[in-house]
Amino acid sequence: MKSESRLGWALVAPAVGVIALIALFPLGWTVWESLHQHDLRMPWLGQSFIGLENFAEIMRDPRFWGSLGHTGFFTVLSISLELVLGLFLALAMNRAFRGRGAVRAAVLVPWAIPTVVAALLWRFMFESEAGIVNAVLLDLGIIERAIVWFIHTTTSWVPVILADVWKTTPFVALLLLAGLQNIDKSLYEAASMDGAGAWWQLTHITIPLLKHAILVTLIFRTLDAFRVFDLIYVLTGGGPGTSTEPVALYAFNALLQNLRFGYGSAVSVVIFAITFGLAILYIKGLGVSLQGDER
Amino acid sequence: MLRWPRWLPAVVLTVLILFTAFPFYWAIVASFTPEATLFREPSLWPRELTLDHYRALFAERDFLTPVRNSLIVAGTTTFLCVTIGAFAAYALARLKFRGKALILGFILAVTMFPQISIVSPLYLLLRSLRLINTHPGLILPYITFAMPLTVWLLVGFFRQLPGELEEAALVDGATRWQSFTKILLPLAAPGLATTAILTFIYCWNEFLFALSFTLGPERQTVPVAIALFRGQYQVPWGQILAAAVLATAPVAAMVLIFQRRIVQGLTAGAVKG
Repeated sequence: MKSESRLGWALVAPAVGVIALIALFPLGWTVWESLHQHDLRMPWLGQSFIGLENFAEIMRDPRFWGSLGHTGFFTVLSISLELVLGLFLALAMNRAFRGRGAVRAAVLVPWAIPTVVAALLWRFMFESEAGIVNAVLLDLGIIERAIVWFIHTTTSWVPVILADVWKTTPFVALLLLAGLQNIDKSLYEAASMDGAGAWWQLTHITIPLLKHAILVTLIFRTLDAFRVFDLIYVLTGGGPGTSTEPVALYAFNALLQNLRFGYGSAVSVVIFAITFGLAILYIKGLGVSLQGDER
Repeated sequence: MLRWPRWLPAVVLTVLILFTAFPFYWAIVASFTPEATLFREPSLWPRELTLDHYRALFAERDFLTPVRNSLIVAGTTTFLCVTIGAFAAYALARLKFRGKALILGFILAVTMFPQISIVSPLYLLLRSLRLINTHPGLILPYITFAMPLTVWLLVGFFRQLPGELEEAALVDGATRWQSFTKILLPLAAPGLATTAILTFIYCWNEFLFALSFTLGPERQTVPVAIALFRGQYQVPWGQILAAAVLATAPVAAMVLIFQRRIVQGLTAGAVKG
């Protein structure tokens, strides 16, 4: 149908045009910037083409490698926790009980609030030696002396990971719950009849049939966690020193603190390339199709 | 069904709800606690309440300005995205044409874009257009990340609508355009509303662009304003938490009211098949 095709393109054009204009075009510009020396603090230097020199500098900078390590650490740890807890939670919510709707609504709230606010709530609980977390831990006798959370690298990660788990587990649970609800109940009945226990059912029915939902969740969450910015900017500011700084914050500092646009753009290009690589890896390697009937 | 020990789910859910609710509870309590006692022997129950922080927020900090900025920026972006996105989503969900799968893939790819990778050109672009520190200077970049999300959610909603009515209209001689505006759009109203809510929340919460493209308090949005709150001598925690409560309340209310639809919208696009 020729007219349908023409209408289709006509309807899609504005949205795709807008997206291309303010997403793709800037991306190309970032790549172009990354090949230049461009320092907004020294406009008299102009913008000279320096090839891959910015990228070479990135590779030599230990602070960049550090930030990459922090991002990887944050991504792996937070997502592992979120998947396990999210699955647990989804299983618990998949049962009919009174107030289920209320529970579902309640767990959605952390997901919907600004990340900045979530970070501040957690910062406040860990802030100062007289904060609530220290008070509770002291009362329970778990620690003997108040911990100053934000001056050590290891202890700084605690509120960061907790805040992320707190904010994102509900979302993970909801995606998994939607997958759970698609599983045919008769499978469990048959397994129970044959005397299979709860653990067997979980590992032989639930998890295999949930594979698709788990993979989709994994993709979304990995790409999300990899570009973490707001949470760490507010919670630790990347500190102490730069010991919790993620790549997005490293790029942001190069761009808007030091105003080194060429170099900062090069970092942005690297982040984009890694994200893109991860997405391809997941989609190709794990054979996931995202929108059901587009296979 | 999975057979669990009977008490287990109840325990899991109770722990979960406490874990979820406590930070909110604690922030609300703190926002009503006098600054002097905030860190003095924290107690789980408020002992002394005050409205000082809320008063200071409006009297000293002009918190209405960031609220207004956020409303203008998020509202305009939502309106533009849903309007333009609805047409695209209709075509992608209902029409057959070549290149459709490619466009869907492209839109999904853009939702996975790291925002930081376009901060530098957007900054230079907005600077040369003299739009740094203006409302359009935020709305324009917001469309980049909101539009793909909007289209993606709307495609999910449009797909769920029954096709028969539309086909009947076509058989009766209605044009595609008429069947879209007269039949599908009214049916899709709840989906459009949910998408609008999610897009609005997304923009309301955005931080990186708002931080990068504003310069001073007069154009900052709520998240930026709260994150950059500073006192003269110390961090004004009471006011920060009062602001956090105010910034969260509308979002929390929307989520609680529309939770069923929101869950449906979030999961429709993602976990199908």
